[in-house]
Amino acid sequence: MIGQLNKEMVQYVTPEGYLTEQGRSCWRALPDESKLQFYRWMTMVRLFDRRAVLLQRQGRIGTYAPLEGQEAAQVGSALALSQADWIFPSYREHGVAMVAGMPLSQIFLYWMGRVEGCEAPEGVRLMPPYVPIATQIPQAVGAAWAAKLRGEESVAVAYFGDGATSEGDFHEGCNFAGVFQVPVILFCQNNGYAISVPFSRQSATETVAEKTAAYAFEGVRVDGNDVLAVYDAMRQAVAKAKTGGGPTLIEAVTYRKGSHTTADDAKRYRPEAEVKEWVEQKDPLQRYVRLLKAEGLLSDADESAWEAECKERIDLGIREAESATPPPATHMFEHVYAQMGPNEWRQRQQCEQGGGQVG
Amino acid sequence: MKQLTLVQAINDALRVALEHDPRVIVLGEDVGRNGGVFRATEGLWETFGDDRVIDTPLAEAGIVGTSIGMAINGLKPVAEIQFLSFIYPGIEQIITHAARLRTRTQGNHPASLVIRAPYGGGIRAPELHCDSTESLFVHIPGLKVVTPATPRDAKGLLLAAINDPDPVIYLEPMRLYRSVREEVPEGWVEVPLGKARKVREGDELTVIAWGAMVPVASEAALQWERQGVSCDVIDLRSLYPLDEETIIESVKKTGRVVIVHEAPKTAGLGAELTALINEQAFLYLEAPVARVTGYDVPVPMYALEDAFRPDVKRVSQAIEQVLAFE
Repeated sequence: MIGQLNKEMVQYVTPEGYLTEQGRSCWRALPDESKLQFYRWMTMVRLFDRRAVLLQRQGRIGTYAPLEGQEAAQVGSALALSQADWIFPSYREHGVAMVAGMPLSQIFLYWMGRVEGCEAPEGVRLMPPYVPIATQIPQAVGAAWAAKLRGEESVAVAYFGDGATSEGDFHEGCNFAGVFQVPVILFCQNNGYAISVPFSRQSATETVAEKTAAYAFEGVRVDGNDVLAVYDAMRQAVAKAKTGGGPTLIEAVTYRKGSHTTADDAKRYRPEAEVKEWVEQKDPLQRYVRLLKAEGLLSDADESAWEAECKERIDLGIREAESATPPPATHMFEHVYAQMGPNEWRQRQQCEQGGGQVG
Repeated sequence: MKQLTLVQAINDALRVALEHDPRVIVLGEDVGRNGGVFRATEGLWETFGDDRVIDTPLAEAGIVGTSIGMAINGLKPVAEIQFLSFIYPGIEQIITHAARLRTRTQGNHPASLVIRAPYGGGIRAPELHCDSTESLFVHIPGLKVVTPATPRDAKGLLLAAINDPDPVIYLEPMRLYRSVREEVPEGWVEVPLGKARKVREGDELTVIAWGAMVPVASEAALQWERQGVSCDVIDLRSLYPLDEETIIESVKKTGRVVIVHEAPKTAGLGAELTALINEQAFLYLEAPVARVTGYDVPVPMYALEDAFRPDVKRVSQAIEQVLAFE
C-alpha cells in the first residue's frame, strides 16, 4: 500500500462484504481472534453511540457529537496501536477512546459536563478531546518528536476531520513532521462535511492524502468504512514510524451518518440520496458482519449474544457515570496551578461560601 | 414593528445591511446554506447568493485575514467566528493588523470590518465553547468592542458597527439569543457606539454590567428595590469606547458601585472600570468598588458553570456588602 498513488483509495473489503485481492492476503495473516475484535469493538462503539444520542434526548447528557458511520475508521486505526503510543483525539473519537482503554463511564461523564471525564486511566496515553479544530495536530507532532529525541519506541497519533485540514495548525504540524521526520501519524477521518461545509468548499485538492506531497511525506487514502484496510494502513504507518521512516498521513474516507452534534440538523445541508447511499450501501459494520458470516466466523446467535453483552456494559457505564458523586463547586480551583496561590485560595473560599463579590 | 429575539434581530440587521449596502459581505463557517449554527444568518444565503453570504473553509486566521484584505479593497466584511472561544487562531490578524492598519497606513487603508462572535456561557454548551475574553480585545488600541443585551440593541449596535469606519468586535451573549422577545424597529436603525443604556434608575447604588450579566444585575437590583433600595443599573453595551459620562454621572449620584462580569476577575474589564471611577469620581465614593465576576479559573465544563457565572444571589450579596460599608 505504501507508495501508492495517493488519489486512489485502498479497499480490502467491498461494501458488499467481499475481500479484494489485497484484502485476502491481509485476511489470511490475521488470527481469528483479531478478526472478531474488529467486529466486537465496532458493535460496541455503535451501540454506545446510539445510546448516547438517546441519553442526550432524555436530558441525561449534554450536547453530544455522534460518530455512527465512522466505527471502522476509529476501531481499525486504534487496534493497530499499542500501550506506548500517544493519542490526541478530536471530540468525536469515543470509539478510539474505548479501544485505547477509556472506561465507558468516563466518556459519559465528559458529555455530562464533568471534567473528571477527561481523565484517562493510568497507563493510557490518551489526551482529552481537542475541541478547537486542528489544535491537537502540532501537539501530536511534538509528542512524537519527544519520543524521537528521547529514543522511546512509540508513535503519536492525531485524530482530526476534513475541516481541520484548512487550519494553519494542520499545515504547521505537517511541516514540522516532515522537517523533523518524527514518528507521528496524522489520521484524518474525511467524513465529507465540516458541520455543513462540504469538502469541496474546504479544499481545492480532491483528497486530503495528496496534501502531504507539499511536506514530503507519505499520504495514504483508504476506504474509511473498511475496518481491515484502515487497520492495515495504520499498522504499516506505525511500523514505518517506529523504524525511523517518519510521518504518515492516513485519510480514511468515511461518512457521519448523523448530524455534527445533537444540536445540529444535517438535513439542512446534505442531500437525502447521498445520506441514503452511505447508510444503506456503504455501512462499515454491515459489510464486515457479512464477511465474518461468509467466512463462518460469526453466527446470528453470536451476534445477539455480543449485542446483549455490549448493552449490559453500556448500562453499567451509565450507572457508574450517573452515580459518580459530583465534586463540589470548589473543584474548579483544583489543578489550575501546581500549587494554589493566595488569590485562588481566597476565591476558592468565597466560592465555598456561595459567592458574593470576588476579592 | 416586529417582535424579535436577539438572534433574530441580528439576522434582521444583517439582512438590512446586505440590502442597503452593496459592499457588505457576510462570511464565516456554516453561515451560508446552514444559516449559522445559531441560525443568525438563516435565509441570507438564499436571498443574497453565494457571493455575498459565503461559507468559508474552517480557518479563523483565514476568515479574519481575508476579511481585512476585502476591507482594504473596498468591501465591508461582516465575518462570523462561530464561537469566541475559537477566535484565537485569528487573533494575530486582529491584534497585529485589523487594529493597526489605520495607523500604519496613516489613514489610507483602515480595516473597516465587523467580527461577530457568540460568547459566554449559560447554555450548557460543550467544553471550550464558553469563553468571555472581551477584555483581550478591549485592551487593544484601534479596536472597538460592543455587546448587546436586548434584541433592539442587537440590531442597532450591529448596524452602527457596520457603518463604523473602524474594526468592531461584536460579541453576542449566547445565553440571551432566545431569552426574550421585544419590538425591534424595521429598516436601518442604529444604536450609537460608546453609549451605555440605563436599565433601571436609582439613587443608592450603581450596578454596571454587560451582555448576559445585564438581566442578572437587573434582577438583583429589582430585589433590592422591593426592600426599598433603589439602584442605577447600567448596561455598558459598548465596552470600548466606554460611556464615561453615564458611568461617572451615576457614580457621583450613588457613591457606591458593583461591577458584574462573567469573565474571570484578574485583569477583567471590571479592573479598568474601577480605575476609571477612581480617576474621575474618587471623592464621591462611599465604599470601595466591588466586583462580582467569574473566578480566576479556566471556564469549567457545564456541570459547574452555574457556580462559576455570577448569579442574582452573588450580585445581591455584593450589593448588600457595599451598602453596609461605612
